[in-house]
Amino acid sequence: MALVGSLTQHPFFRGMTMADLQLIAACGARKSFAAGDYLGREGHSADHFYLILRGQVSIEIYFPERGALRLQTLSDGDIAGWSWLFPPYRWRFDLRAQTSVDTIALDGCRLRAECDRDPRLGYDLMQRFAAIMTDRLQATRLQLVDLYSHHAGAGS
Amino acid sequence: MMPRPLSVLHRVEEYPGTVTLQLGAADNQPLPAFLPGQFNMLYAFGCGEVPISFSSMAPADGRYCHTIKTLGAATGALTKLRPGDSVGVRGPFGHGWPVAKMAGRDVIIIAGGLGLAPLRPVIQALLNELNTTGNMRLFYGARQPSELLYRDELAQWSKLFAVQTTVDMADARWRGHIGNVNSVLTPSMFPSNSIALVCGPEVMMRYAIGELLKKQLPPEAIYLSMERNMKCATGHCGHCQWGPQFVCKDGPVFCYRDIQDWFHIREL
Repeated sequence: MALVGSLTQHPFFRGMTMADLQLIAACGARKSFAAGDYLGREGHSADHFYLILRGQVSIEIYFPERGALRLQTLSDGDIAGWSWLFPPYRWRFDLRAQTSVDTIALDGCRLRAECDRDPRLGYDLMQRFAAIMTDRLQATRLQLVDLYSHHAGAGS
Repeated sequence: MMPRPLSVLHRVEEYPGTVTLQLGAADNQPLPAFLPGQFNMLYAFGCGEVPISFSSMAPADGRYCHTIKTLGAATGALTKLRPGDSVGVRGPFGHGWPVAKMAGRDVIIIAGGLGLAPLRPVIQALLNELNTTGNMRLFYGARQPSELLYRDELAQWSKLFAVQTTVDMADARWRGHIGNVNSVLTPSMFPSNSIALVCGPEVMMRYAIGELLKKQLPPEAIYLSMERNMKCATGHCGHCQWGPQFVCKDGPVFCYRDIQDWFHIREL
């Protein structure tokens, strides 16, 4: 029940019916990570996604010659992971706790099965994930633009 | 209006290609007072003149402070100046940040890259004069950690009010946030009495303002500092005309309510 309360307060689930929230909560469990722990590793099975309740998580890519390169930071209120939604259901990047992190881990395999059974729920969840993907894509594009390199400053 | 020759009294390299200069009169005569958000025209002799915002209130002893990034011939010459060198100065010009409207309100400051420079005086003014500590929040994005301006001051500020920095890219030594300014702005909640000050590249300001509007901040509570091709700085030459206004004379700080009709018109 406490998990349903946490989901209700999370912006990702805003407006979702109590029945759906209860179903989703049944697929979830609280999980904490210490700084440096991996929430997901590139190439490994993506069975879960995470609602970050507290803490910072890095999205990283590993270079053999340079080590891990951090691409983006996720923090309180963010959703981490959508590889569980699409074949081959494997993480495309590393997800690593940068601080101690409290999450709700949701079982993607079970949720996929529920979505297959109830396409309305599946469509609702897909819309919510599409909005997050759009925001993340927009943020990535703005990073790529290299906004600041030719900026002279106000008054210029 | 003739440039007044001032001397470079102090020079700090913020990061390669970007410097902060303190300027003062060689004869120690007082300089005209300025308001946070206003700018001077700085003339690098033999190279050209560029508008540069005041970047600090701190040298109150009759000095000006400007942070300059090398982008062209004039800024390149200005950033090469050393203590004792001369620079021509006209100003102060323009309308600054609405400091009087900030009393008793939550102040959200959103800066990108060199955009922190024109905002630093208003932060200093709020800390020194209005005692609004605790009701101020700074969101500051930069290209990479080495290009964060005023790092010592940022560390000081973070003890006094909420400071959230973020960079577009970083190596493993950076333990802070990575992502654009909006990525730290999005999860934040702002009280309804908030006033927002935004300064940075125009694209960054567009997205930041969009986020503020999504958070129900009214257009009259959003202020931004614009960049345009300013030449005379007195509203006569027309180079910086923007819709019905001149950025040099009517700005560079505008209330979003007053410019929202042409802010998104890219031909202007």
